[in-house]
Amino acid sequence: MNEPVHPAALAAGRTEIRVHEADFDVGREIAALRAGNAGIGAVASFIGVCRDLNDGDQVAELVLEHYPGMTEKALAKIADEARARWDLIDILIVHRVGRMLPTDQIVLVVVTSAHRGESFAACEFLMDYLKTQAPFWKKEQTPEGSRWVDARATDDAAAQRWN
Amino acid sequence: MLNILYFARLKETLGQGAERIDLPAGVTDVAGLTAWLRTRGGAWEQELAATRPVRVAVNQDMARGDTRVNDGDEVAFFPPVTGG
Repeated sequence: MNEPVHPAALAAGRTEIRVHEADFDVGREIAALRAGNAGIGAVASFIGVCRDLNDGDQVAELVLEHYPGMTEKALAKIADEARARWDLIDILIVHRVGRMLPTDQIVLVVVTSAHRGESFAACEFLMDYLKTQAPFWKKEQTPEGSRWVDARATDDAAAQRWN
Repeated sequence: MLNILYFARLKETLGQGAERIDLPAGVTDVAGLTAWLRTRGGAWEQELAATRPVRVAVNQDMARGDTRVNDGDEVAFFPPVTGG
């Protein structure tokens, strides 16, 4: 006999963090996160995509390097910080590493909550913090050769507005 | 022993991704370790100069100059992050 599922247990949600080379299916990821949880009233998502132009130069491909171990730890810390600020149900962060081509998906952040305000804000917060705190580095292949992408002051400013 | 890691641009310019060294005498924090590495000269002196935007993590947590460094720690040096 199945135990009755307590609504509070469903609403507790989960935090899932994955770093891998493989692409992700946004629809499938969101469906898996929502599955059976009637406490979710809002789902906000962000998808970062590889462009073919950066700083005025054509980008043929991107290679993403990371710091295995610290990456997952840093992302978990960012997720904990979001949970401390907003009433959230689920947090999913998927970040790809390795070689990517223009139009490829790079990163996915999905946040679920009872109401939209929390999800919208937390999703933006997570991306702002990820861009300044998580140890990923991009290297671009351009017609002039390969180059490491420089950090942007605008990203620091975006993260600082949450302080 | 210290397990030192280098990532991205630093890994290329310093010519290695990892090394193990004995905790140098007198080194107690990140600033001290960075200064000790700089004494190797050449690319070390240039890349780890105080004017360069180098980030450091100790045991996989972002660190500052006054963060303690102890025997057995993993210390990573890298440029400002550019993921997302």
